[in-house]
Amino acid sequence: MTQNAEHVLDHFELFRGPEYQQMLANKKTLFENPHDPAEVERIREWAKTPEYREKNFAREALTVNPAKACQPLGAVFVAVGFEGTLPFVHGSQGCVAYYRSHLSRHFKEPSSCVSSSMTEDAAVFGGLNNMIDGLANTYNMYKPKMIAVSTTCMAEVIGDDLNAFIKTAKEKGSVPAEYDVPFAHTPAFVGSHVTGYDNALKGILEHFWDGKAGTAPKLERKENGKINFIGGFDGYTVGNIREIKRIFELMGIEYTILADNSDVFDTPTDGEFRMYDGGTTLEDAANAIHAKATISMQQYCTEKTLPFIENHGHEVAAFNHPVGVSATDDFLMTLSRISGKPIAKALEQERGRLVDAMADSSAHIHGKKFAIYGDPDLCYGLAAFLLELGAEPTHVLSTNGNKAWAEKMEALFASSPFGKNCHAYPGKDLWHMRSLLFTEPVDFLIGNTYGKYLERDTGTPLIRIGFPVFDRHHHHRYPVWGYQGGMNVLVKILDKIFDEIDKNTNVPAKTDYSFDIIR
Amino acid sequence: MSLATTQSVAEIKARNKQLIDEVLKVYPEKTAKRRAKHLNVHEAGKSDCGVKSNLKSIPGVMTIRGCAYAGSKGVVWGPIKDMIHISHGPVGCGQYSWAARRNYYIGTTGIDTFVTMQFTSDFQEKDIVFGGDKKLAKIIDEIQELFPLNHGITIQSECPIGLIGDDIEAVSKVKSKEYDGKTIVPVRCEGFRGVSQSLGHHIANDAVRDWIFDKVSPDAKPAFESTPYDVAIIGDYNIGGDAWSSRILLEEMGLRVIAQWSGDGSLAELEATPKAKLNVLHCYRSMNYISRHMEEKFGIPWCEYNFFGPSKIAESLRKIASFFDDKIKEGAERVIAKYQPLMDAVIAKYRPRLEGKTVMLFVGGLRPRHVIGAYEDLGMEVVGTGYEFGHNDDYQRTAQHYVKDGTLIYDDVTGYEFERFVEKIQPDLVGSGIKEKYVFQKMGVPFRQMHSWDYSGPYHGYDGFAIFARDMDMAINSPIWKKTKAPWKDAPRPSLMAAE
Repeated sequence: MTQNAEHVLDHFELFRGPEYQQMLANKKTLFENPHDPAEVERIREWAKTPEYREKNFAREALTVNPAKACQPLGAVFVAVGFEGTLPFVHGSQGCVAYYRSHLSRHFKEPSSCVSSSMTEDAAVFGGLNNMIDGLANTYNMYKPKMIAVSTTCMAEVIGDDLNAFIKTAKEKGSVPAEYDVPFAHTPAFVGSHVTGYDNALKGILEHFWDGKAGTAPKLERKENGKINFIGGFDGYTVGNIREIKRIFELMGIEYTILADNSDVFDTPTDGEFRMYDGGTTLEDAANAIHAKATISMQQYCTEKTLPFIENHGHEVAAFNHPVGVSATDDFLMTLSRISGKPIAKALEQERGRLVDAMADSSAHIHGKKFAIYGDPDLCYGLAAFLLELGAEPTHVLSTNGNKAWAEKMEALFASSPFGKNCHAYPGKDLWHMRSLLFTEPVDFLIGNTYGKYLERDTGTPLIRIGFPVFDRHHHHRYPVWGYQGGMNVLVKILDKIFDEIDKNTNVPAKTDYSFDIIR
Repeated sequence: MSLATTQSVAEIKARNKQLIDEVLKVYPEKTAKRRAKHLNVHEAGKSDCGVKSNLKSIPGVMTIRGCAYAGSKGVVWGPIKDMIHISHGPVGCGQYSWAARRNYYIGTTGIDTFVTMQFTSDFQEKDIVFGGDKKLAKIIDEIQELFPLNHGITIQSECPIGLIGDDIEAVSKVKSKEYDGKTIVPVRCEGFRGVSQSLGHHIANDAVRDWIFDKVSPDAKPAFESTPYDVAIIGDYNIGGDAWSSRILLEEMGLRVIAQWSGDGSLAELEATPKAKLNVLHCYRSMNYISRHMEEKFGIPWCEYNFFGPSKIAESLRKIASFFDDKIKEGAERVIAKYQPLMDAVIAKYRPRLEGKTVMLFVGGLRPRHVIGAYEDLGMEVVGTGYEFGHNDDYQRTAQHYVKDGTLIYDDVTGYEFERFVEKIQPDLVGSGIKEKYVFQKMGVPFRQMHSWDYSGPYHGYDGFAIFARDMDMAINSPIWKKTKAPWKDAPRPSLMAAE
């Protein structure tokens, strides 16, 4: 018996005991109809070859281990960024259980969202009654200031019309006629969570700016000189948005963060559960129309929202998840140009510190090869930063990146001598990445938690940057934007590099001559 | 913190009834009427818990439930390790459930086992418009080419499949024929079917019956010599290794486990199960269907058991042994005796720290009742419990064997109700899922996830009980809960902002 009351063994130790090992071996040989171990080994080796890669890349129908989620997740992410807002997803209820779990596992926070719980009868007759009852219940139970509606694929396939349904629900008294119920159709079979972010944000702005679905006059823009800021779908939203606010305040710019979910995903433990916390006020969301300009940190999260805003007379600017010196320079110079305010001295100093840190450490990063995967903007931002560091972002893969994204990536590679042998892979998944890592190995992999399977299989050390990160805690609290965010990314990369060197030089009397105390 | 211990049963009942009345006030009239049927205060001696169950969740109330796909792919089929399970439809369902349930297994992932992978047909608009059958056929071809050691394929339907009229059964048959009778199982577990995960379990069970059992040739040569002591573990998903810490006990008492359903399970084990002499059933809710089928068709008896906590484990080992001869009965006694010192040591260490602490549960499957004994072994008391997707037979078992007089019962609890109940009852521990965890921790209430074991486990068996006890102690007695209020503020009191 291996278990022990004094020193309780967890799963990672318990099953290594001889009784369990024997039991599992017997189970396998007697009952599992296992393949010959030599055959398993042969296939394992074959799956590392260029031949396998070719077959793997020839896939037309099967997706294996994609790095993307579906639209409504992005819609929920947006909705909770508005003051007192409860996301309401029209369709099957299981989807909502999934979004809530997914967000809670990443942020280690509650994630509130309701469903209209459509079932078979709704599939036949449509989900109107679900909308009518659902809005009434949500309104009464959770007293939200706003209910933001989006859809699952079920409601989209049967063609439920949100605009008409919400209108009818209001007529039936589910919620008051003047109550804010913005909506967005977010079919899961189009785009990904970043598309859902885009659609949901556009839906909310359209609601406030363009006459609340025909129930109020459209707002007349009277420019007030403010700047709107959109973060996009971002696993670092808590740290990033706070950093951005600090930057705006340092520069004395008046601003509105749209979909500010930095507080609701970081509530204190003090005896109170805050279903709602912080967020863009509804008043600010409406008044955002009067801003001088709107800045999106992630182009591919705002492909419809930004043109919509531009049509309302704003100057708009989009970035690609800027990380590092030049990308932050561009961001700040754009802010400065639009606002007419100089870049704050304090930020100049922070810039100098980041450059200082990069100069101090660049010898350890220079020439290293990286593979990156993630959302299209994040991939771009990280690749640009690596190029600044003299590293090579050899494989950059985005399951939800399209051809235009790939062209943009290739242009980035072409702009730097370190981008010479780098390639972008739009629409590919992590099983493609596996082949890339075997056939064209790199030194490090950057990606989300699921990258740990690639790390295990290919031995490429994983640096966790992306969404979701389930198996490391609290990273979302630290920004990756701004010069200080760049510093965080730099340290994260360096820590992994040094850990790897130590790990590879720690065998006494064999390799430990390089186990240096000073690096 | 607990109030319950100082109150009489009558007082507790009155308080709980009043609590139910209070929460119902928040609802519109129609909803209040419906929810009232799902809430009750248990009366000792009643044959069930006095609540309606397995009914549709009400729109907009924040149910904790999932869907049929979650019940089939997520629970029943997903852990079968040497088959590839295609999440058929848009990308999300497979993505959110990817490796999230901690169904441990041994194998070379991606080569001969596939549990922690996400295979999806990633439906696009054109697949919705033109149908996905051709794509599915091609996916099966690509799987065969790239994952040649897979032992079978299942097709786990997401919502659109049933709505657009795809014929996944036809594709499965054609492809099975093309690949020499390969096991290809279409599963109609679209998320809109039924009212919760529960129908997904049933559909998945039926798919095993129709597409595995019915395809096994009666003349097929047995893969192993049968013994009189062959049993199958049914309804253990090996979360954190639960099935392993259970299997070891059955084997130590002299039985031979020929199959695990479905944690660390394989197609060969599913196929061999009709040769078992007894099916031992842990999660009744998700696998009673196939157990009943095997009883009817193959004459295999089945026996429910409970491997949480030493009292229930001993009771269960004896119950299982009662189906066999003296050798096994003696084996059961030997196993109980062997682990007694460990159990004594665990209880001696943890019971003094947990005695009298109260617990509120809300979980799925078997746990709302099965874990009660384990808490009681530690001197703790479950003061409220409810099922995410239970049926009346679950509530009968709960009433007849588990809960005490006056226990608050809440079926398919809503977010609002659960928060209110916990706020008023102030238990020392809440055991529920990831969606609930942070809500209660924010309120300053210790919490353990009772689906994923909060990334710990196993909790089954004697080895698991040591971990269970340790975990409950560390949740309740963590020093952090004394720090939730700043010292310059008033005494802590959990409360709700949103609902007030």
